[in-house]
Amino acid sequence: MNIELRHIEKRFGAVHANNDINITFKGGRIYGILGENGAGKSTLMKILSGYQPADEGEIRFDGQLVDYRTPQAALRAGVGMLQQDPLDVGAFSALENFIFGPLSARGLRGKAAQAELARVCERFGFEIDPELPITQVSIGGRQQLEIARLLALGVKALILDEPTTGISAEQKQTLFDALKQLAREDGMTVLLVSHKLEDVIALCDEVAVLRAGKLVGAQVLPATTRQLVEMMFGQALSPAERPRSDLSGASPALKIVHATLRSKRLTVEALSLTLRAGEIVGLAGLDGSGQELLLRACAGLVRLSSGQIWLNGLDMTGESYRQFLAAGVAFAAAGRLEEGLVAGLTLTEHIALSTETGAVVSWERARALTAQLLERYNVRGQPESQIQQLSGGNQQRMLMALTPEQPTLLVLEQPTRGLDVDSARWIWQQLLERRDKGAAVLFASPDLEELVTYSDRILVFYAGKSTEIADVHPQRTSVEMLGRLIGGHFDEVTA
Amino acid sequence: MNPQRLMTRFGKALIPVAISLLVTALLVSLAGVNPLNAATELLRGSFRDLGAFANVVNFWIPLTFASIGLIITFTAGLWNIGVDGQITIGAIFASAVALSWDLPAPLLIAAQIVAAMVGGGLWGALVGILKARLGVNEIFGGVALNQIANLATLYMITGPWQPPEGGSVRSSPPFPPEALLPRLSDDFRISPLMLIGVVVALIVVYLALRGTRWGLQLKATGKNPRSALLMGVPTNRTVITAFIVCGMLAGVAGAFRALVVFQSLRPLVSGGIGFLAILVALLAENRVLLVPFITFVFSALLGGSAQLKVALRLDVALVGVVQGILVLTALLFKGASERFQATSSQPSRTATRPEVAHE
Repeated sequence: MNIELRHIEKRFGAVHANNDINITFKGGRIYGILGENGAGKSTLMKILSGYQPADEGEIRFDGQLVDYRTPQAALRAGVGMLQQDPLDVGAFSALENFIFGPLSARGLRGKAAQAELARVCERFGFEIDPELPITQVSIGGRQQLEIARLLALGVKALILDEPTTGISAEQKQTLFDALKQLAREDGMTVLLVSHKLEDVIALCDEVAVLRAGKLVGAQVLPATTRQLVEMMFGQALSPAERPRSDLSGASPALKIVHATLRSKRLTVEALSLTLRAGEIVGLAGLDGSGQELLLRACAGLVRLSSGQIWLNGLDMTGESYRQFLAAGVAFAAAGRLEEGLVAGLTLTEHIALSTETGAVVSWERARALTAQLLERYNVRGQPESQIQQLSGGNQQRMLMALTPEQPTLLVLEQPTRGLDVDSARWIWQQLLERRDKGAAVLFASPDLEELVTYSDRILVFYAGKSTEIADVHPQRTSVEMLGRLIGGHFDEVTA
Repeated sequence: MNPQRLMTRFGKALIPVAISLLVTALLVSLAGVNPLNAATELLRGSFRDLGAFANVVNFWIPLTFASIGLIITFTAGLWNIGVDGQITIGAIFASAVALSWDLPAPLLIAAQIVAAMVGGGLWGALVGILKARLGVNEIFGGVALNQIANLATLYMITGPWQPPEGGSVRSSPPFPPEALLPRLSDDFRISPLMLIGVVVALIVVYLALRGTRWGLQLKATGKNPRSALLMGVPTNRTVITAFIVCGMLAGVAGAFRALVVFQSLRPLVSGGIGFLAILVALLAENRVLLVPFITFVFSALLGGSAQLKVALRLDVALVGVVQGILVLTALLFKGASERFQATSSQPSRTATRPEVAHE
């Protein structure tokens, strides 16, 4: 299906999110939608998928003018969107989730539905157990299920928002193969919103680049990463360089001795780890391999089942999160608005919450400090703005502004999740500054480049077991080797 | 809050009032009564003389105390269904002091009110501790403790405080005169002390929510307990203190019911004020300054309901219907305007409904 967008305009208050966007997406082709945070990609995709209407402009499908204002109407018109977090209902099985919603309204149930699901799975090599409760299905599996559901609804255009976040390399390959097949064989229009340039290069036929609300370029691939970055930012970034930390004589900031960590699904056993002040240790592994558990244990959010944890020479075993906080631990979770920021509170209220210590809040002082921090951390927003009104990158900067200037230990879950290259580098600058002031940094990331670039050492987790790569060096530590370790091939690499 | 914003907020609160009045007018017409007649009788019932007006004020005071308390727990994202029990325990504690302590009037009155605050606060703390420490949902804890409070009243009346003339479940013996709160005059039987108290409570809670760290912590906990905890807010302590302060205010409401309205302890001493206060808090949406106006409307409606029965043979339940419709339309209106805002001006949809805190 050909999708024509003409003079699309959208404003949010003073922000011109989409400024006269004109573009045609042809059926049978895969488009990458690129742009830094706040460039207007999400807004455009939300307009196209019916989550919000445009202020002005028109949309044509195969020349036919369409007007819809809800996701359901967009689906009926043939546009389906795969959200970053698949929309499914926790209590249902995979099959029930497949049927749930418009499909059941169309009378597809029971055996027929199961056959339909099986047919899609067969065609694209999806592995979905229809009886499995959805909560036990991996993100990749839930994504495949959602694609199957959208296909059964007869969509002719598919929008995917950061689909490769949190899925395995294998699932990514399956996804890409399926998308290519859908474009080539079914004439489907596929739009991919992603920050991962290598994914865009691997999958897409063309890219459309947005900057500050405007469409600034379109290019038929192949192109190099460098070319794409230039289009997104206006200039090429030099590869990140990181001065090595000098750790001689540094005292241990964090010491874990023979710890056992348990969650419902996983046990991490016999883990020992020492982090010196000024050291950066990265944690690699597939989702749920144990790295999250370790991070949360280091922040005092998960208690050790056995073993000991020391901070700056202080035994913290069994202490509460607030004790860890007092001991100089700063924790930032991956889900910013779920864990870290409070939607509905203003930026000033956030700052006041973490800096005011007296019984009475001095709003004047808090507001002045907020204005100052917004400036220093380059946050685009007003002290009176509510946090959820900021873009993801600005929320992350705000989170950084909230972390103490001189923590003992920074514990970070995916510190640059969903950020563009520039914002990610900025965040790391801030983290390295804190490192230089003596903070130890422990972080997890699904981005292997990030791990190799910034870590002094890397701990790779697989099913609760971990192996260490000491002395990480961007030139010597290959991403491929890390990839093999993450897949659990410990012996191959060490041998 | 600047005057203009206050006005728009009032406007927002008035539209549902108008809608619910219209619906009620329709119902009244269906019952064969001219709505204008009904309205006139209702107003006459509430305001025909000082005595009638005093009744309205005497309902308004405890309802306002309880509603202010509820605003605190609502801000913290807590559904304090147990507020009725907190009122009841407050009444029992005040009655205990009134019936057994022998003190000069001013001291006795002070002791009664302090005791009521202690009792209500304890009952609130219990809900809070059950929730924060043991993970019992505050709605269930509150319902259970309401029941226990009512049973405790019955036990006290039929047991230790049985009147000398014999067993009945009607009430405790009347309180001695020193225990009763002084009135303004015999015609206008309201307690100036409590009137001042309710104004002070309003101001203090308004300032506490607006300008203290505790108020900010309540708000953060109410909107996202997980993030609040990670930002260093002691969320368990915040939840428990919210229940305690709410319970203390509810306790004063209970003392008022026993000492002023009944002058003895009676079964169902709260008169359902706790549940009515939940409706008030829903309407006020965490805005303390709106509370006295809403409670006044509610009190005036109730004050006039008896007159409706006498003059027009309308059932007093009609007033309950009016209040119910009022809350429903207010919630509908709020939901609709949020939806409108979400689709028209917000870059992202966010839940702004008060959410029950989970930890």
